[in-house]
Amino acid sequence: MKHRYLPMTETDRKEMLEAIGVESIDDLFADIPESVRFKGKYNIKAAKPETELFRELSQLAAKNKDVKTNVSFLGAGVYDHYIPAIVDHVISRSEFYTAYTPYQPEISQGELQAIFEFQTMICELTGMDVANSSMYDGGTALAEAALLAAGQTKKKKVLVSQTVHPETRDVLKTYAKGQNVEVVEIPYRNGVTDVEALKEMMNAEVASVIVQHPNFFGQLEPLHQIEDISHSEKSLLIVSSNPLALGVLSPPGSFGADIVVGDVQPFGIPMSFGGPTCGYFAVKKELMRKIPGRLVGQTVDEEGKRGFVLTLQAREQHIRRDKATSNICSNQALNALASSVAMTALGKTGVKEMAYQNIQKANYAKKMFEKKGFSIPFQGPMFNEFVVKLSKPVSLANKKLLEKGIIGGYDLGRTYPELEKHMLVAVTELRSKEEIDLFVNELEGWQ
Amino acid sequence: MKDQPLIFEISKPGRIGYSLPDLDVPEENIDQLIPSDYLRTEDAELPEVSELDIMRHYTALSKRNHGVDSGFYPLGSCTMKYNPKINENVARLTGFSYIHPLQDEATVQGAMELMYDLSEHLKEITGMDAVTLQPSAGAHGEWTGLMMIRAYHEANGEKHRTQVIVPDSAHGTNPASATVAGFETVTVRSDQNGLVDLDDLKRVVGENTAALMLTNPNTLGLFEEHIVEMAEIVHSVGGKLYYDGANLNAILGKARPGDMGFDVVHLNLHKTFTGPHGGGGPGSGPVGVKKELIPFLPKPVLVKDENGLRFDEDRPQSIGRVKSFYGNFGINVRAYTYIRSMGPDGLKAVSENAVLNANYMLKKLAPYYEMPYDRICKHEFVLSAKRQKKLGVRALDIAKRLLDFGYHPPTIYFPLNVEECMMIEPTETESKETLDAFIEAMIQIAKEAEEEPEIVQEAPHTTVVKRLDETLAARNPILKYEKK
Repeated sequence: MKHRYLPMTETDRKEMLEAIGVESIDDLFADIPESVRFKGKYNIKAAKPETELFRELSQLAAKNKDVKTNVSFLGAGVYDHYIPAIVDHVISRSEFYTAYTPYQPEISQGELQAIFEFQTMICELTGMDVANSSMYDGGTALAEAALLAAGQTKKKKVLVSQTVHPETRDVLKTYAKGQNVEVVEIPYRNGVTDVEALKEMMNAEVASVIVQHPNFFGQLEPLHQIEDISHSEKSLLIVSSNPLALGVLSPPGSFGADIVVGDVQPFGIPMSFGGPTCGYFAVKKELMRKIPGRLVGQTVDEEGKRGFVLTLQAREQHIRRDKATSNICSNQALNALASSVAMTALGKTGVKEMAYQNIQKANYAKKMFEKKGFSIPFQGPMFNEFVVKLSKPVSLANKKLLEKGIIGGYDLGRTYPELEKHMLVAVTELRSKEEIDLFVNELEGWQ
Repeated sequence: MKDQPLIFEISKPGRIGYSLPDLDVPEENIDQLIPSDYLRTEDAELPEVSELDIMRHYTALSKRNHGVDSGFYPLGSCTMKYNPKINENVARLTGFSYIHPLQDEATVQGAMELMYDLSEHLKEITGMDAVTLQPSAGAHGEWTGLMMIRAYHEANGEKHRTQVIVPDSAHGTNPASATVAGFETVTVRSDQNGLVDLDDLKRVVGENTAALMLTNPNTLGLFEEHIVEMAEIVHSVGGKLYYDGANLNAILGKARPGDMGFDVVHLNLHKTFTGPHGGGGPGSGPVGVKKELIPFLPKPVLVKDENGLRFDEDRPQSIGRVKSFYGNFGINVRAYTYIRSMGPDGLKAVSENAVLNANYMLKKLAPYYEMPYDRICKHEFVLSAKRQKKLGVRALDIAKRLLDFGYHPPTIYFPLNVEECMMIEPTETESKETLDAFIEAMIQIAKEAEEEPEIVQEAPHTTVVKRLDETLAARNPILKYEKK
């Protein structure tokens, strides 16, 4: 058959078979035992020409309600942010996106240098010493952090706050089960980790304390107190952070966090139905040799010229096999590159300004809800999300909002039974005053 | 080519590369909103550059990088085939790239339809009964599959099944995934033909066997001909058979893991199904299972009923969630587009051509390099530089010399059971002319090894940097830029 992705002509094929010394292509598959040979034809859809296929898939895509033609107040871990146009142009350079892991550094200096810059930016934002080249997402990064802590402290119990993203906690529990690590949840109070409860739960068996800051409700956690308690029993403090928030907030490193993880989706990565995003993983220097995944380091070539290589590979699966610090191989390199470009474009002042705008706009929205008499149960300082109580189910509110082209907030009752009829609202820099006012007005009567 | 400075070294205070909307809400004093001990006292030292600075910087970096679009990339076991451009266009459609995972399901039925149909296609291609699209990459799929096998055995009251068997030629991720899933790894030897040694397999299986992980064709590019017997050996003691789909590109339309007796399969959509490798990711590693493992699939499970598609969270025996949301959807869109571009005949032709190309290269190179296994191969093959090593030229040197010819070298020193190993995978998207030119280069290098070995030993000669000091990098790690 002829296909644009298959260059072999009939003549080529004939010449090649002759060179090999076989009669037919089938002879090359003679080593597959007769009994397991697949003799039919896959019962799948027939091939479609490019234009027809593109039309069909465009129509399929058009069935979805996207956040660009609608106005979204939905966050809960994935956000609608400004993505500089340049990001897609850079990651569309096919020298980047059609390459694999830079195993051959001499012809991979571009990727290696870009990742080295990514590691630097993550360290800058988190206030940590070492960052790796990426993890699958924020959820798996946090789970791997918990496993690192268990291995490091040789303890088998982790305490995780209920204000950590519910899906992340689920991922943590799955990973923990594999390693027979016990996961115990710390309750919350007034929208943040219950410090008194944590004190009571804390003991010498705890490998790590895990919190999210800003947390799932958008609230800032009392990190000073949590750090004191965690380190009082020599357990590690793991903080999951939205890196954008760290443009304005003190970095978790300055609060004494041992491991900081999160997802860089807010920087340059479209939401893409939740994936691929890109996890980041940063540690204090002491944990450098325990970090999972790939690390890029600076070195010199034979002539003393600066260059970059994958380094400290003795941690990794392809060298250490069953003794590796993690099984991760493929990571999210291209999305780490996208984030690097976004962080570069925003730069020192833009990251700060964008984070600042999120705080201002979210607080404005919160104030407007309060003005209308809505109850806002958690009143602590917040980043770009807050919880608002409705008189009727959130799903109904969202149906009504959708008629006006608004994608409403997250229905907290889905994962917090005690927060039925509570909506988690996200307001990013992309929401205008007009959109916020419309959103609040549309919910009139639901106080 | 000139050195490209780090972006931080190009930075100049006062320059910007962004365009944010104006703050159009009444501004409050930040100290009123956030207590001062929560506020940064020092800005994060990110670059200050203009948009053109950024574009030139990354364009310069891209020129210092080799991708499939730059040239031949026969990196064994990685299936570096052409990445179709329509895939990129489809993945970027607003209706796919700008939808939120927690939107009302009624508003994302198009995306869910694509996921559902992709799963159906993968079920047919692998011969399995159900597929989850959640794992992010191959290793993530391995771990997910093993967690399911563990849950299955535990549900049957067989907690004692703590061992996972892997061949000595297995990918490093296999034993590493087994460890993360809480298993102990037991290695089974390869025989002189490069296949799993059946007697050794019989020796290592037993009542503690949870599973055998197998790549077929294996990492030497050889089809495990005794797969039926192997399945019997493992199943007879109550173990499960796990298929590492890294090498599926060899058998599309020719054989299905489900028909070979495999119970769990992971696929690397970024290999066989053209999700681009992205410089190391993101990938996508769907897992297919046989009926009896369906209850243990990760949450949520995409189900179709009279009201359309929905995510089912009510799965009491599920291993739980393996990542946030529903997998690397964007990569799954690309793979789906590819499968629909190929159809059943196209996919079969993929493997036929991939295998043809590999055998052709093997035959042409056999006179010049050691061929550890003299038989037909599948989509890839291994050569050994043993002969060249005697002349002082190692596989590493040959790899570096290939850079001077504009090629990405093969995978080297893997699998571990072949001395001075070079693992070559041409893929089906390369033309005969490309293969012939690469063969010529390999022959020339073999001659150089005999006649002027230093030209090989000192390679590369044409790259932007010479060989890099990896020992220094590990001994004195510099992992981020520090301002002088």
